[in-house]
Amino acid sequence: MDKVMSNRKIIALYVLPSLIMIMALIYIPIVLTGYYGMMQWDGVGAMTFIGMENYVQLFKDSFFWQSAGHSFLLALFSTLSLAIYLLVALVLSGQIKGANLFRKIYLIPMLLSSVAIAQLWLKIFHPTNGVLNSTLEALGVEHTPEWLSDPSIVLYAIFIPILWQYAGFYILIYYAALKNIPSSLIEAARIDGANPWQIALRIKLPLVTEVVKVTIVLAVVGSLKYFDLIYVMTGGGPNRSSEVMASYMYQKAFKGYDFGYASAISFFLLIICLVATWLIRKATASKEEIQYS
Amino acid sequence: MKKALTLSVMLTVSMGSILAGCSSPKENNAAASSAPQATATAKTDAAKPVTIKFMHLWPAGSSATQNKIVNDIINEYQKDHPNVKVEQEVLENEQYKNKMKILSTSNDLPDIGMTWAAGYMDPYVKGNLFASLDDVLGSPELKDKFVKGTTEAFAFSGKTYALPVELNITPVYYNKEIFAKNNLQVPKTYEEFKNVVKTLSAAGVALIALGNKDRWTGSLWYMYLADRIGGKETLKKAIDRTGTFEDPSLIEAAKDIQDLVGMNAFNKGFNGLSNDEGKAEFMNEKAAMYMMGTWELPNYTTNKDVPQEFKDKIGFFKFPTVEGGKGDINSWVGGPGVGMFVSENSKVKDAAKDFVKFFVTKWGEHSVTEAGVIPATKVDTSKIQLPQMYIDLLNELSQASNITLFADVQMKPAAAETHLNMIQALYGKAVTPEEFAKKHEEALAKEAGK
Repeated sequence: MDKVMSNRKIIALYVLPSLIMIMALIYIPIVLTGYYGMMQWDGVGAMTFIGMENYVQLFKDSFFWQSAGHSFLLALFSTLSLAIYLLVALVLSGQIKGANLFRKIYLIPMLLSSVAIAQLWLKIFHPTNGVLNSTLEALGVEHTPEWLSDPSIVLYAIFIPILWQYAGFYILIYYAALKNIPSSLIEAARIDGANPWQIALRIKLPLVTEVVKVTIVLAVVGSLKYFDLIYVMTGGGPNRSSEVMASYMYQKAFKGYDFGYASAISFFLLIICLVATWLIRKATASKEEIQYS
Repeated sequence: MKKALTLSVMLTVSMGSILAGCSSPKENNAAASSAPQATATAKTDAAKPVTIKFMHLWPAGSSATQNKIVNDIINEYQKDHPNVKVEQEVLENEQYKNKMKILSTSNDLPDIGMTWAAGYMDPYVKGNLFASLDDVLGSPELKDKFVKGTTEAFAFSGKTYALPVELNITPVYYNKEIFAKNNLQVPKTYEEFKNVVKTLSAAGVALIALGNKDRWTGSLWYMYLADRIGGKETLKKAIDRTGTFEDPSLIEAAKDIQDLVGMNAFNKGFNGLSNDEGKAEFMNEKAAMYMMGTWELPNYTTNKDVPQEFKDKIGFFKFPTVEGGKGDINSWVGGPGVGMFVSENSKVKDAAKDFVKFFVTKWGEHSVTEAGVIPATKVDTSKIQLPQMYIDLLNELSQASNITLFADVQMKPAAAETHLNMIQALYGKAVTPEEFAKKHEEALAKEAGK
């Protein structure tokens, strides 16, 4: 077996199929999308090459920047909410009663598909029959908010299910990282007289910073390209007040028949995500790696 | 070694059978296209099997009756033509539209499919993806069969590219019981209508069921006001660029919409509710009125899932006239629904055309008696027992002075998208009526310049 694995030809043979798949399904389409972005194309007829016009147009398109603003806001909220998730994971990783049950509770949204979550929250947000407004009415609120049709609040209303949807995912990652810390370290601290807060802040947190960095990248990039729940719940409306970059791209392609422009948007979206990842890695780069053995 | 050999033999065999499986339908297609008179020979020449791919949007779940009719017609046709096999692909409305676009980018449309009229099909016609159906339309079976004005919506520079199956107009359905309780009469003028709104509003009844997340739903109300104030030509001309969207009557109509919103005429949160959610307010008798196309008719007449008690309470009225406006009460918003197209690249074009001819004719008969929807073809209804509301609406249709095609269908895709977003903004008071008109003007001018 060892012989086989050291044979370069065999290694290449094993790697080749997935390499071909990844090239064909990911990298070539990316290049093609950038290329289509230079076309004026309604998706049906012939393509006309117009150079960088779509990309230039993109920079002048106030609707695009509005939706980009919404995407960045979502990225900000997602990043901030990571702190809460980390806190929950810290609590769960300690010896509390019912930790198992809580872990399951937080994980359940992860098991549901986005569309199911969207349907669930549509019912909750329903302006007259929804649980939320019924409760508010019972509490004596006279003018209950119209969660999904009031342009000033729709964006925040829709962030709630999105953050809820991913809570379990991040809590699980943090939980696993925290559980990975050797118990000897914590025990040693305890013997030295550290209280649970000190253990959490001085030992557990520093040891999971690498994981936190990864989750920040995941949260930001995930938010920037977020699409499904928003599409099902509001379709980007009313009047674009909950539009994000991906839903705007979808609208341009499938409703407005402007596939060239939509390709330009998605290519630009890719660049934004790459830049965001690079910036985050730069900003959070640490010189010393913490190691425990 | 022996194992490897067996394996490779097995692989070869299975690959071979897969390839054979792939190639057989293609051979069929080739055979069919090599016979130029497939239509004429279809009946007699049983030796040449033909497979027609047919994509439509009546799933068994949400459009049960229509789905059954499609299957009945296909079975009937296949019985007459044993060599023809019609393969169905059924998708729900939105998915259907998306799939159409995906398939057309790869030039892979089904032999027969459904399309919406005018602006929607414009890119497909320009892209030369639909076959002209003039020969089918002119055939003895279909000549003068269509209700006037239905096939025109599918025609581009004199050629017809799809044949309609439905015809719809848009009445305001209302709950007679709620009206009677509040001593209200059916409004004939807009003043009376506003009185109805005020009275019901004072009585704490939700007035009009509207789900404006879908946006075309709100467009219906706007179109009627535009028609009643500006007459039947103003909106049409604004869209075809012989007129302007900044016409005072079109701005006036936008103002009226915002007045209605200000009077709380629509159910709460309408801009965030889908048409189905909005409709539920009416079906649950929480709202007194609901404006929708005649495709809703089965819910008030034949649909077995709706209790008879509710059906008996529902009536309809025509959108009232506006004092001083140019429109008359017999002018309707509506138009043909979907139409059937034959793909230009179809390998079985002649057989497909023959099937379309058969389908359209049969659909007319079946849709009246079984589905309770109004077909685009003329049908003799004198011998059939029909629900009263259906007969009343058919009579209205025959008296109609004008039918204005839905605005978002009239416009080309990009302008239609602006229109729909603007409708939502108008109802949400995010734009003034003047801005509303200006944005339309810009979008339509841009589309026309392309």
